[in-house]
Amino acid sequence: MEALFAMAIGVLAAAGVWLLLRPRTFQVIVGLALCSYAVNLFIFGMGRLVVGRPPIVTAGRLAEPVAVVDPVPQALVLTAIVIGFATTALLLVVLLAARGLTGTDHVDGREAG
Amino acid sequence: MSAWFTHLPVVPIIVPLVAAAAILFLTERARVLRVAVAAVSIIVQLVAAIVLLALTTEAFPDIWSRGVGAYAIGGWPAPFAIVLVIDRLTGLMLVLNAVVVLAAFINSLAFWDRAGPHFHALLQLLSMGVNGAFLTGDLFNLFVFLEILLAASYGLLLHGSNSQRVRFGLHYIVVNLTGSLLLLIGISLVYGVTGTLNMADLPARAAALSAADRTLFDVAAAFIGIAFLTKAGCWPLNFWLPGTYAAASAPVAAVFAILTKVGIYALLRLGSLIASADVLLHHEGSALLRPDLFHGGLYYLGFATIGFGIVGTLAAQQLSRLVGYSVIVSSGLLLMVMGLDHPPLLAPALFYLVGSVLATGAFFMLTGMTERAWRAPSRPSSTVAEPALLSTGGYVPFGVRRGPPVPEPDAEVGVAIPAAMAFMGLMFAFCVLLVTGSPPLSGFIAKFAIISAAIHAAKGATWEPAAWILVFVTLAAGLASLIALTRIGMRLFWSVIGRNTPRLRVLEAGPVAVLVLLCIGLTIAAGEVMRFFDSTAASLRSPQIYIETVLATGGGR
Repeated sequence: MEALFAMAIGVLAAAGVWLLLRPRTFQVIVGLALCSYAVNLFIFGMGRLVVGRPPIVTAGRLAEPVAVVDPVPQALVLTAIVIGFATTALLLVVLLAARGLTGTDHVDGREAG
Repeated sequence: MSAWFTHLPVVPIIVPLVAAAAILFLTERARVLRVAVAAVSIIVQLVAAIVLLALTTEAFPDIWSRGVGAYAIGGWPAPFAIVLVIDRLTGLMLVLNAVVVLAAFINSLAFWDRAGPHFHALLQLLSMGVNGAFLTGDLFNLFVFLEILLAASYGLLLHGSNSQRVRFGLHYIVVNLTGSLLLLIGISLVYGVTGTLNMADLPARAAALSAADRTLFDVAAAFIGIAFLTKAGCWPLNFWLPGTYAAASAPVAAVFAILTKVGIYALLRLGSLIASADVLLHHEGSALLRPDLFHGGLYYLGFATIGFGIVGTLAAQQLSRLVGYSVIVSSGLLLMVMGLDHPPLLAPALFYLVGSVLATGAFFMLTGMTERAWRAPSRPSSTVAEPALLSTGGYVPFGVRRGPPVPEPDAEVGVAIPAAMAFMGLMFAFCVLLVTGSPPLSGFIAKFAIISAAIHAAKGATWEPAAWILVFVTLAAGLASLIALTRIGMRLFWSVIGRNTPRLRVLEAGPVAVLVLLCIGLTIAAGEVMRFFDSTAASLRSPQIYIETVLATGGGR
């Protein structure tokens, strides 16, 4: 499972970085989205990959450390998703404004060459 | 225990948050009310910051006797819950932020706050993010506050949008989002390895790591370092900076002057804390913060940053770009000083940081005024809905309908100050003296103190040339910006052709004068101020007090 997980992160990050370096604004925004998926999965993985261990403690019973998974990375990833979503939405609006103002979807606002 | 100061550390975060929300509820028409809410909020922040700073000094020995106060949010014990920490450096940065935000706020009232919607709300959120980043004692919270200040800064940069702003705004947003992703990787890696996000808890945990985990920790530190160096405008991560700062409107660029220093602050704070783990590791003969990598890296990156800044300064044709490059030079100088890792250099560096933020803030606002003097004279009907400065060629960005007509900057409204050109020339001269570090103002004192400490360092250093190079580079940076600014100043103030004297209102000219006067105040009280910076630097060098105070907070309430 670890290898598959790591490969998924690697593929997402590689595709994201490649798109991030492209000259079209839409490619850049998709690249950023892919990179942020990769980072979110990475944060999730930092809580160790386990199956069948919910991050929930039953009320009134003392939690056994082996029966629960660390809830902090899950809280972190939730925050990161929300922030990433909001900033991507903002970037999308700026992208549209840039398209409207400059008449091109090149990141520099003018065609190269 | 519920003394009056117990909840004071949270005030600089709560007040702007509430004010921003309140401003959003008021309509654009209720401008007076909006401005009043914003003004009250900023003044409360300034007062709170000054009180917090005073409480950390020796003047109030019975409150935070060791100069560090910690506030446990929700009353949970410290290593598990989020804490806010206030020490001298934090207090100093809070005061600096409140002063710059207040100046930019007053400056914006003359014209810019009406150039688009929600200026005041965004400014409040920016202030909240900066305050939070300075106050927080938790790594992930640092990320969250950085995102808040960046999100607000995106909005402010695009404020009064024209194609220039949107173009550079796009670059700025993409660069910062990528930087944030790197920061996230670093922070989650730190958590995965050490199991803590509390900055005070980190050194002890990191010192106890096994060799394999130490490698991972080093990688995490590298990611975090790259993210903060991007924010600090370090070469080669700073190509976005000059264009962005030049494209922003004058009051916005003035507040941006402090944003690069948030990155510097984070590096100072984390560097100081992690270096303290070396004390724990001492018996093994290994150091957690590898001096060759961390300090050497900062030193050379700072050197390259100054080099880039000098070349840019000499090449810049536009005053606003030139000031942007001087922000880069000041970041580079601070990085170099941090990289030299010579304790007596720290206090002058802090002095330089404060002086350069005030000076560049004033300079950006002055730039906004000078740009108006060399535009074509405005049409006689001065209340047009789409002033020339905001022209977007018919396209309405963001679907924003303009509110009430915006008066032209030179419109015959408000109280104008007499002898506008003379005032601008005088302020320009002061700003040049401050930015280049020429005598007799505070820039000179800061650079003189840095050079003097560097020469002392050269005597006992392991690699002597490093300190001499710092001396040389400090002087060269001053000379380069003096040449460039003199050239632009001559063109701006001595050529009469094509110039029209702008009407400067007290609201926009006042903040520039106040910031310059503050710098003059720093010069006159240099002895007192330097003593304070010495004690601040001393507290940074002994983070044990910080760590112990934080870990003892919370619980038992």
